[in-house]
Amino acid sequence: MIRLSNTLPLIAALMAPLPALSADLDPSDWDAVLEQAQGQTVYWHAWGGSTATNDFITWIGQQVAEQGVTLEHVKLSDTADAVSRVLNEKQAGQDEDSAVDMIWINGPNFAAMKDAGLLYGPFAEQLPNWQYVDTTGKSVQSDFTVATEGYESPWAMAQVVYMYDSADMVPQHSAEAILEWAKANPGRFTYPQPPDFLGSTFLKQTLIELTDNTEVLLRPADQADYAAVTAPLWDYLDALTPVLWRSGSAYPASGPAQLQLMADNEIDLAISFSPGEASTAIANFQLPDTVRTFVLEKGTLGNASYVAIPYNSGSKAGALVVANALLSPQAQARAQDPAILGYGTVLAMDKLSDEDRATFAALDLGIATLSPAELGTALPEPNPSWMTLITDDWTRRYGAGQ
Amino acid sequence: MHPLAQRIVAFGAARVSGLSAPSALGLIPALTLLAMLGPVGAGVLGTVLPAFGYLPAAGLSTLSFDPIIALFDWPGLTAAVRLSATTGLVATSLSLGIVTLTLAGWHGTRPFRMLERLLSPLLSVPHAATAFGLAFLVAPSGWLSRLASPLTGWDRPPDLLIVQDRWGLTLTAGMVAKEVPFLLLMTLSALGQADAPRRMRVAQALGYGRITGWLKTVFPAVYAQIRLPVYVVLAYSMSVVDVAIILGPSTPPSLSVQIVQWMSDPDLSRRLTAAAAALLQGALVFAALALWRAMEFVVARLGCLWVERGNRGVADPVLRPLGLVLGLLSALAILAGLLGLAVWSFAGFWAFPDAMPQELSFRNWNRYLPGILTASGTTALIAILATGLALVLVLGCLESEYRSGRGLTQRGLWLIYLPLLVPQTAFLPGLQTLLLSLGADKALWAVVLVHLVFVLPYVFLSLGDPWRAWDRRNGTVAAVLGASFWGVMWRVRLPMLLRPIVTTAAVAFAVSVGQYLPTLLVGGGRVQTLTTEAVALASGGDRRAIGVYAVAQTLAVLLPFILALSLPAIIWRNRRGLHG
Repeated sequence: MIRLSNTLPLIAALMAPLPALSADLDPSDWDAVLEQAQGQTVYWHAWGGSTATNDFITWIGQQVAEQGVTLEHVKLSDTADAVSRVLNEKQAGQDEDSAVDMIWINGPNFAAMKDAGLLYGPFAEQLPNWQYVDTTGKSVQSDFTVATEGYESPWAMAQVVYMYDSADMVPQHSAEAILEWAKANPGRFTYPQPPDFLGSTFLKQTLIELTDNTEVLLRPADQADYAAVTAPLWDYLDALTPVLWRSGSAYPASGPAQLQLMADNEIDLAISFSPGEASTAIANFQLPDTVRTFVLEKGTLGNASYVAIPYNSGSKAGALVVANALLSPQAQARAQDPAILGYGTVLAMDKLSDEDRATFAALDLGIATLSPAELGTALPEPNPSWMTLITDDWTRRYGAGQ
Repeated sequence: MHPLAQRIVAFGAARVSGLSAPSALGLIPALTLLAMLGPVGAGVLGTVLPAFGYLPAAGLSTLSFDPIIALFDWPGLTAAVRLSATTGLVATSLSLGIVTLTLAGWHGTRPFRMLERLLSPLLSVPHAATAFGLAFLVAPSGWLSRLASPLTGWDRPPDLLIVQDRWGLTLTAGMVAKEVPFLLLMTLSALGQADAPRRMRVAQALGYGRITGWLKTVFPAVYAQIRLPVYVVLAYSMSVVDVAIILGPSTPPSLSVQIVQWMSDPDLSRRLTAAAAALLQGALVFAALALWRAMEFVVARLGCLWVERGNRGVADPVLRPLGLVLGLLSALAILAGLLGLAVWSFAGFWAFPDAMPQELSFRNWNRYLPGILTASGTTALIAILATGLALVLVLGCLESEYRSGRGLTQRGLWLIYLPLLVPQTAFLPGLQTLLLSLGADKALWAVVLVHLVFVLPYVFLSLGDPWRAWDRRNGTVAAVLGASFWGVMWRVRLPMLLRPIVTTAAVAFAVSVGQYLPTLLVGGGRVQTLTTEAVALASGGDRRAIGVYAVAQTLAVLLPFILALSLPAIIWRNRRGLHG
């Protein structure tokens, strides 16, 4: 192993026709990174379905422009488009200048890309602003139980909350309570259709609620009795589906599509992976101002949003500058402002300067956002294999017209 | 020999031998075929291999039938296949029926000109925007339900499965509304060559009713010319993705939607299943086309019997208003949907059951306008380049065909038609890989070339028939009067065919503007058009964003259609016969 890692840079140097910029790039030599980043254009492939996020990315672009980097937001309708892109580039031998310089990535896509050797790194822990990151209190070094090993950099914390219309219902603090409420109010609840990310999250959240042994979920599913562990989930869904919106014949396509259903008063309850989403949506006229949020008594799933850099990006230095800018206290405070984005920060308050800490403290979290104390326990994500299996199983049971 | 006779002989000889056609012109057909079929062929190969388990980039290189077995293992397959087939066949039959009835009953009348003016710009409305507009109209919480709420007393929308219904009825209705303007425009540009007024005069002199006479005398000639556009509608309705996502069922979705979902699964081996499904989708489309062709024979045989029976048209008084109502309904559905989206683009909070938003403002427009302006420039540039190239190539092909006297064979016609028959999902990923290995992706010109693949067939389809139906004796007369080949082309044929040419250009422009998957895949996301931006925003389901982009897209492509309708009438205002 040691010998291999010694010879790798040599092989890379031999194979590169020109002094390869990326091979020389050392994220810990930040001055050199800044110098290389001058004039680079970073194409950040990020989901473009949320206006609030798009505006925030535009603002980040203005910040990095001051450091000589141009940021272009490539608005995706599906993160997998960027993954396929890099995959096709590898297949075609395009190893130098990818169309993708940075991806807003989620757990399963990260695991797939890291396995296939499609990512650049490690870089995250060498970023200057990493010093502020809360590495003890927040799970920013593992993504769906997969160790990130510096191959992706966190930029926002997410935790499952349930949005409800307080004009129509009161909070229900457990999966069982939600089922009872749904039976009493048929047609007023739904969730995004798996394999949508948030829909799968609903399945995982419910599974964690219903299973007695959450430890088993942290290990790959093939090391457990899958059928026995998931049986309570299917019993639950068999009871829930007939009283869902449209009796479970149709589902909203994505998380934001639920907002529209709530605004249309088609449903009263919806899941969200962002504690501040409801407040932001109210500010954007996307939700009625009677919407509030609640969490479950036993806690809800939490994870971080990450950015990763493809192995073949032609603007890695620029991408590092953007990743670093996302971690700046200024950007993090802006992201947490519900009038802007309402995303939880990944920074540790005790690592910040007094002035920055005051900025965070002064933020009004918004009308529908729970305080960090009210948010309660953030549960760890199950191993990705569980998500794959229960999503497939869901599709067989409820998504194929059986 | 008499000079006049010499000219006639020379002209005839040139037509037969084709020797005097300049060689550059002779190369154009080959070049055009290459531009259309090269990408499709390469892309299909990139699909066939994964369907049998070969995808080296994902570390999968064992040939097997596993992907096909996995596909047949999917419990939703039967429903998905049925949905694709019924949507395609029903939507095509209905669209053709509505267009035929409307034309038969009302062509040349004042209500028809009104309808034409309503429908033509609707062709430019992107499919996704049409679908969103329609969804907002008919959903239980939609505009109609809101307007009716004072009567029904609903303060909550009823829990009814209208949009995304299991049988795909709303999806079919959406496709019909979108395809009627396309077929109507195609039929109108073909009508000019079908000698309809004289046929109708004879039929009416014999005492036939308006509709019966039109169906018996004009329809056979017109259908022969619009057969290919009809096939395009059938193939497209079967494999449409964006409309099916919005209006179609999701448990399970139609086959093409499922293909896209498998393509975007993090588990790379699902791409193999997607490839196998793409092959099945291709086979389905061909089976449906074969069925349609067989139905054509049946209808023709029955039609002949009907013609021979000499019925003068007792049903006409019923059919005539029906045609107008259906035509108006499909136009109004799109218009009202668009109007709804336009209102959304100015909306603040808009709760059910309010018929209008609580407040109207320019907030949404201010927010999206900078992005729209940038994207509009790129969109227009790509569309103009693709349309221009396509017109040059197709006019070159048709001119070369005319001079050499060698018409396009039936097989050649099918080749032209191929890019529209092969589902986009089946060949675009493979094509992307090819362009990448040539280092030719991400560039604007690569996107233009890929748009050309989709624009060319439409240009061929909509221009070829009017061009061939052009009376050659006009050319002979011009040649006799001393015009060269080029003179005949520039001074006689192009002016006479101005109307189909500008109509075609407008269609080509709209086709280019509407391209989503090709722009996204080949542009690597770096080439951002109104459509790629709109679909990205649409995935968030925010009707305000969708509304702003739908209005912007419609405005951006409205201009070519206004030009297409008005240019011939303005240029030939003193030559009525040239813009009839």
